[in-house]
Amino acid sequence: MKLGFFLREALRALKRNAVPSFAAMATVLVTVLILGVFIPVVQATTGAANEVRGRVIANVFLKTDASDRDVARVKNLLENETPNVASVEYVSKEQAYRAERRRDKQAYELLGANPLPDTFRVTPDKPDNIGKVRNALSPVGPGGGRTVIDPAIDEVNNREEETNKILSITRVVKLTTAVLAALLVIASVLLIANTIRLSLYARRREVEVMKLVGATDWFIRWPFVIEGMLLGALGGMLAVLLLAVFKIALIDPLAAEYALIAAPDTMNFGVLIAVLLGASIGVSAMGSGLSLRRFLRV
Amino acid sequence: MPLADELPSWVAMAATERHVRRRERSHPRSEPLPTPATRPAVPGAVIELADVSKRYDSGDTGLDKVSFAVQPGEFVFIVGASGSGKSTTMRLLIKETEPTAGTIRVAGRDLSGITRRKVPYYRRNLGVVYQDYKLLPNRTVYENVAYALQVTGGSRREIREKVPDILRLTGLSLKLHSRPDQLSGGEQQRVSVARAFVNHPPLLLADEPTGNLDPETSIGIMQLLYRINKTGTTVVVATHDVEMVDKMRRRVIELSQGAIVRDEQAGAYAARETTREFTLRLRGEES
Repeated sequence: MKLGFFLREALRALKRNAVPSFAAMATVLVTVLILGVFIPVVQATTGAANEVRGRVIANVFLKTDASDRDVARVKNLLENETPNVASVEYVSKEQAYRAERRRDKQAYELLGANPLPDTFRVTPDKPDNIGKVRNALSPVGPGGGRTVIDPAIDEVNNREEETNKILSITRVVKLTTAVLAALLVIASVLLIANTIRLSLYARRREVEVMKLVGATDWFIRWPFVIEGMLLGALGGMLAVLLLAVFKIALIDPLAAEYALIAAPDTMNFGVLIAVLLGASIGVSAMGSGLSLRRFLRV
Repeated sequence: MPLADELPSWVAMAATERHVRRRERSHPRSEPLPTPATRPAVPGAVIELADVSKRYDSGDTGLDKVSFAVQPGEFVFIVGASGSGKSTTMRLLIKETEPTAGTIRVAGRDLSGITRRKVPYYRRNLGVVYQDYKLLPNRTVYENVAYALQVTGGSRREIREKVPDILRLTGLSLKLHSRPDQLSGGEQQRVSVARAFVNHPPLLLADEPTGNLDPETSIGIMQLLYRINKTGTTVVVATHDVEMVDKMRRRVIELSQGAIVRDEQAGAYAARETTREFTLRLRGEES
């Protein structure tokens, strides 16, 4: 490969076309900056939404007189025979009593005995499947009321209203952020591609001449692709630098004090940087290579 | 006044002969590729057009059943008013467009058999000079000529060796590091000729090479093409400068509305004349 030659050609083009090159680089910088801020925000939002959704469970209350054998049988039923179940947590009446007593000691002391039943907390594989789990455990009978599939089960409860609210709200939040993210990515790619296109358009005569002298398409294209990569790398690196300064100066001190900023799982900063840099280089290189195609038809 | 014109003609000839020798070394007999012929090819022709027609999408006729053959070493003018099909012929020969009918062979090779991907490799065997020079604006004279070698994968040593040589031949030794916008039209056209010839192609096409130049500068360019022709390179020049053509006394193919109306062979006397005699005749100072 004539890599050295292509690299020199790319550098020459950068130098000779300083203004359009600078414009392309600035475009990359701005878009990467916006994406760099927006991606963690999207992730934090979806992370928070998912966390809320993770709280969607169904409680399977057993009858107060259920024996150990009943408990074991229902546990098996839940774990192995019910579809869409991710995990089952057993809370014995004693555990429940202790937990509740901590909350309101006086009330439970007044009661004296333990009125609480044994409970299974069933987490569905997907929050949206909570209804299926409930229907599997306590199908709607012919008369409209609910029956249970095991005689030891007293009631299956999933706090229907709350669950539905959680599910619909988080769905809207996730969808909105996803659409916003997609739009932003598309806008970034178009913006970069357009800037590159403009700078190529100014040089289309040059490309035509190269073609007439007998240069192959890739002989002409490589310097442009390398040029795009250099611009993308430069713009991306500057943006990442700004992001890092922003993170260290603003986010980190805030995160130490406010749990809200620190809590949701956002992407690791290193990974974020790698993704942004890779994307800016890739998009610029591909933008250059593809935009050139029109001008190569000589 | 470019340098080469002031030198005695034997200096220029010496340079030219060196080129001929080098060419024989670097192109040891390129056999034309055998192509299946629908019509018997003219043996040994460099260019052969057989019933070539070109109709543009707009309905205009570029060429109408044109047939002619050019033998190696010939110097041929294609003349005619604008719109007569000169440029169409040139564009067909460099495979910028495709004929609607007929076959074109260059060095025995049917151009319709060259795929889009192979066109660049085909063009490397041609030198082409354009009316508007088509130089790379951001490169110096040296770099412009070097680009034609870089395209073919020429090594740096090859470039260092050949480029100054060809620039000396074209009288541009003092302008190596000028950019095209710092040169006069004549000088730019010399760069264009140098670039076309640096690979020593067996065929050189020139489309209105003097169209933008004043008569005296035009003579310089013609002289250069003449000298290149003397190295054995076939030269085809499209022009509407009838006065110049008449003085040159070479083979003339005249087109009118896409058809050949005249095909005159060169007088035998012209072949043996020196560059000096040639120049004198062009200037109208024939002894």
